[in-house]
Amino acid sequence: MTKFIDLTLSGISDGAIYAAVALALVLIWRSTRIVNFAQGAMLMITTFIASAVINSGGSYVLGFAVALASGFVFGAVVERVVVRPIEHAPPLNAVILTLGLYTLLVAVAGMIWGNTPRSFPAAFSLRGYKVGGTTLLFTPNDTFIVLVVIAVAVALALLFRATSVGLRMRAAAFAPEVARLLGVRVGRMLTLGWALAAMTGALAGVLVAPSVFLGPNSFDPILIIGFVAAVLGGLDSPPGAVVGGLVLGLALSYVSGYEGSALVPLAALAILVIVLMIRPTGLFSATKERRV
Amino acid sequence: MLTIEELTTDYGPVRAVDHVSLEVPDGSVTAVLGANGAGKTTLLRTLTGLVRPSSGHVTLAGRDITRLPVEEIVRLGMAHVPEGRGVIAELTVQENLRLGGMWRGRDAAPPAEIYELFPRLEERRTQPASRLSGGERQMLSIGRALMGRPRVLLLDEPSLGLAPVLVAQIMSLVRKLADTLGLTVLLVEQNARSALSIASRGVVLNLGRVVAEQDPHKLAADDRLLHAYLGF
Ligand SMILES: Nc1ncnc2c1ncn2[C@@H]1O[C@H](COP(=O)(O)OP(=O)(O)OP(=O)(O)O)[C@@H](O)[C@H]1O
Ligand SMILES: [Mg+2]
Repeated sequence: MTKFIDLTLSGISDGAIYAAVALALVLIWRSTRIVNFAQGAMLMITTFIASAVINSGGSYVLGFAVALASGFVFGAVVERVVVRPIEHAPPLNAVILTLGLYTLLVAVAGMIWGNTPRSFPAAFSLRGYKVGGTTLLFTPNDTFIVLVVIAVAVALALLFRATSVGLRMRAAAFAPEVARLLGVRVGRMLTLGWALAAMTGALAGVLVAPSVFLGPNSFDPILIIGFVAAVLGGLDSPPGAVVGGLVLGLALSYVSGYEGSALVPLAALAILVIVLMIRPTGLFSATKERRV
Repeated sequence: MLTIEELTTDYGPVRAVDHVSLEVPDGSVTAVLGANGAGKTTLLRTLTGLVRPSSGHVTLAGRDITRLPVEEIVRLGMAHVPEGRGVIAELTVQENLRLGGMWRGRDAAPPAEIYELFPRLEERRTQPASRLSGGERQMLSIGRALMGRPRVLLLDEPSLGLAPVLVAQIMSLVRKLADTLGLTVLLVEQNARSALSIASRGVVLNLGRVVAEQDPHKLAADDRLLHAYLGF
């Protein structure tokens, strides 16, 4: 029974991180119809920046803030400089471009920071809570991870649902031409979408770095699982991304705990295939309403 | 006043609008008629900057707007209700309306004004626009355009797919808007009789060219012309 509770709790913590990664992918997909294969490398860079800040004497909070801020700027710059020129090109161009960006960023990070993974500090203690006589796998830092991801998901939901800039962003994503006819500066909305997405990705990076260590390729497995989570949720639904992340976090935690961690990638793939077979549009897709 | 001079728009080798010149005085309703493929939609899309002309000029209230981006043209008071209405299905009725006035900030028309015009929209304001009927969608897209208090309203086949009663209602509303708000309207229609019944002037397009420009009553009575270009 303790094992089940342990696995459930750590599944929730992992799931929160997958949810953040999935959110980053979904925000970009729904505004520009691009799967951002460079997302893993972008959040790797911002985590290295945070690491540099912390190693040169900055506090964790400062490093955390710098990661988010640099993610925001990074996303905006990538949209303006890299994505904007291929806006009307065939979708394959975007695939090649984001894959190319991924390769470039990984190479650059290797040159600057080396290829040996290094440690990254956690915000809070990594020692599990003690309940009665037993020590849980769930730590204060896990609590922090879950709360921060919830806060960001809620903030994004409020931004989209309750503010005028959120309404303009949704209009620009759903119907760019109509949005322009209503005076929405669609280009700016896309830039903002990429900035918010990269910021959410940067958040996932600093949250997960203490457990995966920080190296140019450290985040690749998490990106793949985050992508599966995004597809699970329908690829264009932010709430779907969060639910997909949590479901996957729990499922993979049970698989890893009861069957062994070697099966985790296989299980992620199996879940993806099953969901695509039963509901090809994912669990939360808005596309069925997309007929005007 | 909206002035169009020698406007020409090409899609590659296809010339969709061919040296069109028109003057649309303030507060008037100009009906632009023509068969399928005559270039009506392309004319409107060129006016709002969605497609770029190969040559010619568009002037709005004395200002050359030919090369401005869509968002800027909208800010100068041009509203375009596109073919097929362009209601954003995922957003609610209220959100669609708000969006129409957003660029104006505080000076936007209050939604209450639009709801007064279209009470049906108020009943459905919290529903997603995907649930609206064709007529309600037309009301929503016109209402949404009015939220920005435009000077010029471009309507692309508002009667398409609507029952005759609704068509008559929409047409009389358009006339009323021109009379009471001084709105300048360019009304693209295939439904020639309805459009001409409220128009100040009628223009017939064929293969991108203006082939007739007349008083609406004379045009409506000209069976030969209507037959030749509109298939009546
Ligand atoms: N995106 C496009 N690419 C290439 N050709 C186009 C495009 N849009 C329209 N055309 C062509 O331009 C011409 C004018 O089309 P347009 O849509 O402006 O006509 P229309 O008068 O609005 O017709 P309808 O009454 O059917 O809406 C047609 O020959 C059409 O095939
Ligand atoms: Mg048309």
